[in-house]
Amino acid sequence: MTVDSTARATTRRSGVKRTTKKTASNTETATAATSEGQSTGAGAAAKSTKSAGKTGGTARKTPAKKAPAKKATAKKAPAKKAAAKAPAGKKRAAAVPGEADRPEMVQLLTPEGQRVEHPDYAIDLGAEELRGLYRDMVLTRRFDAEATALQRQGELGLWPSLLGQEAAQIGSGRALRPDDYVFPTYREHGVAWCRGVDPTQLLGMFRGVNNGGWDPNGNNFHLYTIVIGSQALHATGYAMGIAKDGADSAVIAYFGDGATSQGDVAESFTFAAVYNAPVVFFCQNNQWAISEPTERQTRVPLYQRAQGYGFPGVRVDGNDVLAVLAVTRAAVERARTGEGPMLVEAFTYRMGAHTTSDDPTRYRSDDERESWEAKDPILRLRAYLEAEQLVDDAFLASIDEESDTMAKRVRESIRTMPDPPAMSMFDNIYADGHALVDEERAQYAAYAASFADTDEEGR
Amino acid sequence: MAPGEKLPIAKAINSSLRKALENDPKVVVMGEDVGKLGGVFRVTDGLQKDFGEDRVIDTPLAESGIVGTAIGLALRGYRPVVEIQFDGFVFPAYDQIVTQLAKMHARALGKIKLPVVIRIPYAGGIGAVEHHSESPEALFAHVAGLKIVTPANSSDAYWMLQQAIECDDPVIFFEPKSRYWGKGEEVGRGIPAPLHRARVIREGTDLTIASYGPTVRTALQAADASAEEGRSVEVLDLRSISPIDFDTIQASVERTGRLVVVHEAPVFFGSGAEIAARITERCFYHLEAPVLRVGGFHAPYPPARVEEEYLPGLDRVLDGIDRAMAY
Repeated sequence: MTVDSTARATTRRSGVKRTTKKTASNTETATAATSEGQSTGAGAAAKSTKSAGKTGGTARKTPAKKAPAKKATAKKAPAKKAAAKAPAGKKRAAAVPGEADRPEMVQLLTPEGQRVEHPDYAIDLGAEELRGLYRDMVLTRRFDAEATALQRQGELGLWPSLLGQEAAQIGSGRALRPDDYVFPTYREHGVAWCRGVDPTQLLGMFRGVNNGGWDPNGNNFHLYTIVIGSQALHATGYAMGIAKDGADSAVIAYFGDGATSQGDVAESFTFAAVYNAPVVFFCQNNQWAISEPTERQTRVPLYQRAQGYGFPGVRVDGNDVLAVLAVTRAAVERARTGEGPMLVEAFTYRMGAHTTSDDPTRYRSDDERESWEAKDPILRLRAYLEAEQLVDDAFLASIDEESDTMAKRVRESIRTMPDPPAMSMFDNIYADGHALVDEERAQYAAYAASFADTDEEGR
Repeated sequence: MAPGEKLPIAKAINSSLRKALENDPKVVVMGEDVGKLGGVFRVTDGLQKDFGEDRVIDTPLAESGIVGTAIGLALRGYRPVVEIQFDGFVFPAYDQIVTQLAKMHARALGKIKLPVVIRIPYAGGIGAVEHHSESPEALFAHVAGLKIVTPANSSDAYWMLQQAIECDDPVIFFEPKSRYWGKGEEVGRGIPAPLHRARVIREGTDLTIASYGPTVRTALQAADASAEEGRSVEVLDLRSISPIDFDTIQASVERTGRLVVVHEAPVFFGSGAEIAARITERCFYHLEAPVLRVGGFHAPYPPARVEEEYLPGLDRVLDGIDRAMAY
């Protein structure tokens, strides 16, 4: 490139007075070029030093690796000492809730199926309602097992199982009215069931035929949300809207123990409290965020977080469908009557893997799982129903039969679920259209059409 | 506001918000300090007094929370107009904007709409401390599902905000803060141009400058200075960054054969790079010179005392014109 130097003035043509030297634009460019050259040079020098270090590093691999390890140990050692000496450190460690000082949780049905009373939360359900909860849980578990099997058969790319969390989801889902609104994570298959979402619709995104796929307003059940905790804010905003409308609907935001570490969940607590939004924060503490135990997320029981934000929090036995229903009803009622948000921590357990891609044997023991098996949500309700003679063999058999029918329908529908046409990737990006999308859609269509003949032969 | 009244950009935006609040009970304005204070730039001055705390909402200091709850309000049927106090403060909300807001309409297969406007005072030249002078438009333009516009004058500020609020898609509305309180210009007359249409604001034959937001004024100054040197420079105000009106740019470049893109944002991976690539493809046989860019460097926005050297001021734009004409 040649620069026409005659076109350039000798001073800045803007006439702006500068404290720096009034040089010609040419000089400015030249200076820039020089400094650029210099910095490149410096960069190159740095690079060469680095690469030299790297080259040498092969020989000195062991000491180089050891050095930082030593440093870490050195750093740790005094901290350990301090902790041992300082009583404050000891105190802090003791504040972590262990098995011994685990806080009370609301329970209305013991793991053995015994009805017990709670001073703050009562429930009185008819036989039909109790049988309904049992049916919900059995069908949900069967659907979940079917989806896991479909993943193993290659029909789904991934499946996040809810096994073990049926009571938490059915109990809370059945506490809602149709005009309430649910903001789920990606594991709320039981809540979706309660909302009337067709189970097969939940499979679309895990099969890879869509990224959500249902109309959230069809059942007031928002799309599954994969990025952890984001939906807590959407729930809060929606609840703020309900309050503005003067309606008495409520919103429930689902999230897990891991999500409580997210800023969005903390911010949703703040917004909900400040605006007194009619939202129930429903945390399913299933003890594990993939491989990380709850101890990696918190040093206080999660339900106690609510106190700092100025609304009540309560821990409920998440494997007790009656207690979950009672507590969620109370929380939703609070929201309806203008008393604002509440945090419900459903203490439960993820019996299966995080998803079908996970391997829990790498991070947790069989003993732990077995101890939770004894608290199974379905078995305990069944024990109660049988003891009270509220179900008979015919009923139980009919539920099994219904499960089989549903599973068969799910299987058949997934196997015939069509892939979307490739052109559909350009659909619904914008509600009001976008010139670039139109252009690229047309370009892709022309490109795809250029294969039309070959395609016909191939098919 | 009476049609034709002369207002600076900040007041034009205020009038536009007022009009939207009057026209549609579902419009809510929310952000930090937008209520009693009227915003740190006074853009929302007086709105809370007239429309109440329920519609002009002072929010907690949490940008992700502001955008996240705005999404929830939109799902409930509201049309939130969110203010992010400064450009550099938008990043705590980046996840909500990019991961949630932009994609939700598509994820629901078009069943729900997200009419959220995010107003961001942007760009430099006001001698501010760090994080108050950035131009992050390209970071958002890369994301499908968002629309990005930026007015350069009072009339556009008024009409484009009306259009953004009426739009059923999320719109990021970048406001050139250094121009907020400039000279008053006529507002509210005539028929507004389509939101995403670029405008030829000065005709010329030798070279085209594509500018937007705060650089439009600089581009016009450069055209004036060039005219004195016997060069005829055409100036475009792009107005929209997503989508970009490539047809208007193309038509101009086919006339002039040369294009210089000017923006305050760093040129590396900036909107100028996209324009250069597309215009090269569209106008290859019309180009007399490569498409050049004048803008920010690949450096953090510098301290205010040297920002004039970082910004694409008149001299650097003229230098860009010189280089393009030298081919």
